[in-house]
Amino acid sequence: MPDRDRPLKIVLIDASPERAAIMEQGLRDAGHTTIMRITDHVNLLARIYAIDPDVILIDLENPSRDVLEQMFQVSRAVRRPVGMFVDQSDSASIEAAIDAGVSAYVVDGLKRERVQPILATTISRFRAFAKLRAELEQAKSQLEERKTVDRAKGILMRAKKIDEDEAYALLRKAAMNEKKKIVEIAQSVITAAELLG
Amino acid sequence: MSLDPVKIGFIPLVDAAIPIIAADVGFAAEEGIALELVREVSWANIRDRLTLGHFDGAHLLAPIAIATTLGLATVKVPLAAPLALGLNGNAVTMSPPLFEAIRRHMAPGARMADPRATGAAFKAVVEERRRNGDEPPTLGMTFPFSTHNYQLRLWLAAAGVEPDEDVRLAVVPPPFMVDALENAHVEGFCVGAPWNSVAVEYKLGRILHLGVELVRRCPEKVLAVRAHWLAQNPELAARLVRACVRAADWLDEPNNREEAARRLAAPNRLDVHAHIIQRALDGRLATGDGDEARISDSYILFGGDGATRPDHRHARWLHAQMVRWRQAADDPAGAELAAASYRADVYDAALGRAAPPEEDDPLGVFTD
Repeated sequence: MPDRDRPLKIVLIDASPERAAIMEQGLRDAGHTTIMRITDHVNLLARIYAIDPDVILIDLENPSRDVLEQMFQVSRAVRRPVGMFVDQSDSASIEAAIDAGVSAYVVDGLKRERVQPILATTISRFRAFAKLRAELEQAKSQLEERKTVDRAKGILMRAKKIDEDEAYALLRKAAMNEKKKIVEIAQSVITAAELLG
Repeated sequence: MSLDPVKIGFIPLVDAAIPIIAADVGFAAEEGIALELVREVSWANIRDRLTLGHFDGAHLLAPIAIATTLGLATVKVPLAAPLALGLNGNAVTMSPPLFEAIRRHMAPGARMADPRATGAAFKAVVEERRRNGDEPPTLGMTFPFSTHNYQLRLWLAAAGVEPDEDVRLAVVPPPFMVDALENAHVEGFCVGAPWNSVAVEYKLGRILHLGVELVRRCPEKVLAVRAHWLAQNPELAARLVRACVRAADWLDEPNNREEAARRLAAPNRLDVHAHIIQRALDGRLATGDGDEARISDSYILFGGDGATRPDHRHARWLHAQMVRWRQAADDPAGAELAAASYRADVYDAALGRAAPPEEDDPLGVFTD
């Protein structure tokens, strides 16, 4: 059967189930149907050999990446040799993948035209996930900051018998004078109150 | 004065001590370097990030630096090792049942610290299992291109155990090693500090051999940089070498061990209990076999015994292991490239020292 007619078996190794789900959806949208997810590291190599995939995608936060490197070795256990997907001339693709936080291992002899779109999908999904995570982190830290400022306002309101707007104005003025962020001033107020309290 | 930034990737192991101490005790800053350390989770990541230029330098398994220079199982990028990050530090640990099986097969009067005797006993265990129709033992090591792989193979082959036929050798990332032993995915392993002691601490493993019992002066990690980077930044590289050598000398001072263990134990460094790290620094390792402690003043070498000077004969030996185990072609040009990547000339020039006379046996392999 010609290489292009055979459906590719893809294994996703990702410690993050959320990201793995996003990845799998992306690959399914691109027409791939045989996708297996592995989220733990138990007996990894034996499981991969049992699946006998064409393409393995692994996130770079995963120590098991070194386990996959064993697939390059000459061994009776390996039925099909696995090579790096990208050849020497294609370092831009490697760089893009590593930058996005993912690495790919592909069985030797698989046509480059078949692998490129898979990697492109992977890279774009990894980037999208990283962006999502960064936004979530930012939202979380903004929420934390607001809580800190609210606590500091409360302390000032009680100590100085002022209202909320006046308390906020005090924090803002101190921040301007000291060239600091309001949240930093708020944290100092809380720390001071705890020490004096 | 502004400091020159240098970014180095490391794996959380005791033998990352030299760059960690250089950064955290101030030796790098004294040389005008802002040394940023980035903790990584896999050797493959470190290798790729070094070759792509995300890192200026790396705490890297010496065989990976050579394999990358030769383009074995990875994209070929010439690397250089202007400094060895010490020598030794590995140990071979077995599960308590396998340890006991080996002991039962020891020749009368033979010592457990004698690798010929334990190898023969291990061979007997393997043969007994085969007769009984049992699975061969699986032993863990950290990477195909690693001294852990070669030390295990050396021990096995010397006893007539064929590493690719009679046992299974499996890559297990060091942080998963103890877990793999607990779940019986491996029955033993060769790994660096602190993981052998962690296995002993949890009573999951017993140390059979310190690495020094197999190879007295074994190359382990190097400070690897791209050869191109070294050519572009000779003066910065020299300062980096000096900072690391100072850190290595500081690590050799017994009075500094407690502080060293504490600094290495930090959450952003190894994130392992200081008292376990200290065992490696002291060269006094509880084996888990009763109250026995195996003691060696060269269990892990930092500054002493010329351990930081990259010795081209170590590179040649590592290349010979790759050839022996069919990772590299038997090509004299490959051996020369490997040897040339060990840059003792850069090391000597950085320290303003003349090349020392070469000792007769730079390795001390137990079979020689």
